[in-house]
Amino acid sequence: MQPTTKDFPENARRALGDVPLQAALGNIARGWQEKRTQAVAALPEFEALRTAAAAIKDHTIAHLDEYLERFESRVTEQGGTVHWCRSAEEARHTILAICHRLNARTVTKGKSMVAEEIGLNDFLGGHGIAPVETDLGEHIIQLRKEAPSHIIAPAVHLTQAQVAETFRAGHHGLPTNRRLDDARVLVDEARNVLRPRYFAAEVGITGANFLVAETGSAVIVTNEGNADLTQLLPKAHIVLAGIEKLVPTLEDAATILRVLARSATGQEMAAYTTFATGPRRARDVDGPEEFHVVLLDNGRSALLGTEFQDILRCIRCGACLNHCPVYTGIGGHAYGWVYTGPMGAVLTPALLGVAEAGHLPNASTFCGRCESVCPMRIPLPKMMRHWREREFAAHLAPHAIRRGLSWWAFFARRPALYRAAAGALARWLALMGGRLGYVRTLPLAGGWTAVRDMPAPSGRTFQQLWAMRAQPAAKKGSRP
Amino acid sequence: MTTPARPRVGLLVTCLVDLFRPEVGFASVKLIEDAGCIVEVPRDQTCCGQPAYNSGDKATAQELARNLIALFEGYDYVAAPSGSCAGMLKVHFPALLADDPLWENRARRLAARSFELVSFLHDVLRVTKVAAAHAGTVTYHDGCSGLRELGIKGQPRALLGAVEGLALKELSAAESCCGFGGLFCVKYPEISNRMVGDKVAAVIDTGAATLLAGDMGCLLNIAGKLSRLGAAVHCRHVAEVLAGMANGPAIGQSAPAAKAPRPARPGS
Repeated sequence: MQPTTKDFPENARRALGDVPLQAALGNIARGWQEKRTQAVAALPEFEALRTAAAAIKDHTIAHLDEYLERFESRVTEQGGTVHWCRSAEEARHTILAICHRLNARTVTKGKSMVAEEIGLNDFLGGHGIAPVETDLGEHIIQLRKEAPSHIIAPAVHLTQAQVAETFRAGHHGLPTNRRLDDARVLVDEARNVLRPRYFAAEVGITGANFLVAETGSAVIVTNEGNADLTQLLPKAHIVLAGIEKLVPTLEDAATILRVLARSATGQEMAAYTTFATGPRRARDVDGPEEFHVVLLDNGRSALLGTEFQDILRCIRCGACLNHCPVYTGIGGHAYGWVYTGPMGAVLTPALLGVAEAGHLPNASTFCGRCESVCPMRIPLPKMMRHWREREFAAHLAPHAIRRGLSWWAFFARRPALYRAAAGALARWLALMGGRLGYVRTLPLAGGWTAVRDMPAPSGRTFQQLWAMRAQPAAKKGSRP
Repeated sequence: MTTPARPRVGLLVTCLVDLFRPEVGFASVKLIEDAGCIVEVPRDQTCCGQPAYNSGDKATAQELARNLIALFEGYDYVAAPSGSCAGMLKVHFPALLADDPLWENRARRLAARSFELVSFLHDVLRVTKVAAAHAGTVTYHDGCSGLRELGIKGQPRALLGAVEGLALKELSAAESCCGFGGLFCVKYPEISNRMVGDKVAAVIDTGAATLLAGDMGCLLNIAGKLSRLGAAVHCRHVAEVLAGMANGPAIGQSAPAAKAPRPARPGS
């Protein structure tokens, strides 16, 4: 996926004017925020669980090398294979080689953001292998040739009517008189189309919510059961996951599962939580003949020991997106790449570089709502600020902002000058406001006055008025 | 620490109050004095440094933080009529100066004694009554830093409950940001406009005559948007009402005659 993160302001502007998109986004605030609030309220130990979940990940990340190797040896003992991939390219070629060896023509896929990160679908398609997305949302956007706009709800940017249109255009042989005006009917329609494809696939690719070091298991959570069919029916199951997905034990996975669905959708648990451990064994009734885990680094290990390490705790629940006033205003596509919302604003600069993705950590008011709902207690605003520091240090911040800041800092460092300047500014603004009390247009503040008035001050600063009050405390006040 | 009979409180005026709303400074002084403290206003204060800090200009932010610490560390307490600026002192200064143990220590000591005005009155000075009356319905906007960094939610409501004649009607989506965000509102004006648009819609929905908040940034943003839409809701800092000093023109209004509401302009 070609990033358009540099076009973020234009993308956002377009999104704000997109009527169907705005209608679809309205459901997020009304639905998931409320559901999460209720789920959290119903679990008294939720805050303690967040702390425990974050501690599990911190411990794992601090010993990541050990747990990765333990995971590999457990997978290998059970007849599976772990593939270590430093880059997106290595991961793509590793997967392609498995597909080629099995003469795969069709690959079913469970929802995977890492697959988006490495651009897997286009790559497989370019090599004559048809990737079939089996998650309902992913199926919809695959038909529309769009990218997911949300890390757990890829088609959240679409209204039901748009989904119906998409099926009419993309499901060949759909009778024109078939009604598609109901969510249930749409799900059935998708199921009818997808069902035979599960059986046609030679390879099934899924992501993973967790990789468990003590058992070599890949854990995947869905509400549709599509990942189960994707991984059980084909000859080979490939798990594609970032190295940060490790947890030490099944118990640890269970702890984090308790905060995952509650944070994501407000469910206590997702409908399906599947533990896949190795290929089919002699007495298993079903399962793949081959079990592969493609472990992707792609810039993650470079975050270890940096101010961005905490983002490796992220479990991709989407709570930060659902509660972000920027995300819920503009949707995911405006972010211009795979990861969106607050977690994307931290992760994307790490993966694409801050020169490419600098807008993302800047487009935040630091309202802090993301951090307040993050089940892993990731300090997202703090890390966005760290990206701004990197950007500033590299002289990448916009020239106008840098110049404005340096002027402001010149005065802020010099109290006497600052007082004089503030006094002059207060007088000038009061003059501009005149008898109205507010200013409609203001030089150098067009971003403000384009959409709102600037309340004008009365003409004197507090410091001026305080000095005029001439009480003793004011005179000696500069040094306590 | 032994607290003297009358604690000496340094008032961090904040640059927006200094420039846009001196009334809030005087209201703050009155409230703290009424609670039995001596208030002083260090003359050489400028800004807590948030514009630099949030723009990634760490060196400037550190310099301004050190200036402010040196200026305020002699007081028993520091109070600021802003959750955002108080959060800067209380939460961010120690982190900002973490690479210098001496300054980090000074920052921590100051942080422990620094408070947002209303929480200072309520939690530290144990104020439960205020000598103020305000007839009519108000609504209250929780500034994000105060709400989430400092846990300020109950304190302003408790003190507003002590204002004679005042009725509080809560906002829907009360925990949503108003879209100010310092430089955010000029760097990403369309997104900011969307956020403040949602906020003022919620304000208007309450039917309240007055919107109160504890941060001038939010207030200028919300008042500016209400003014542009021609909505007749008055905006004031919560300190003005608590101090019984809410009789003058509201934010963005001129004395003496209140401006007439104007019709909304399409696209604004």
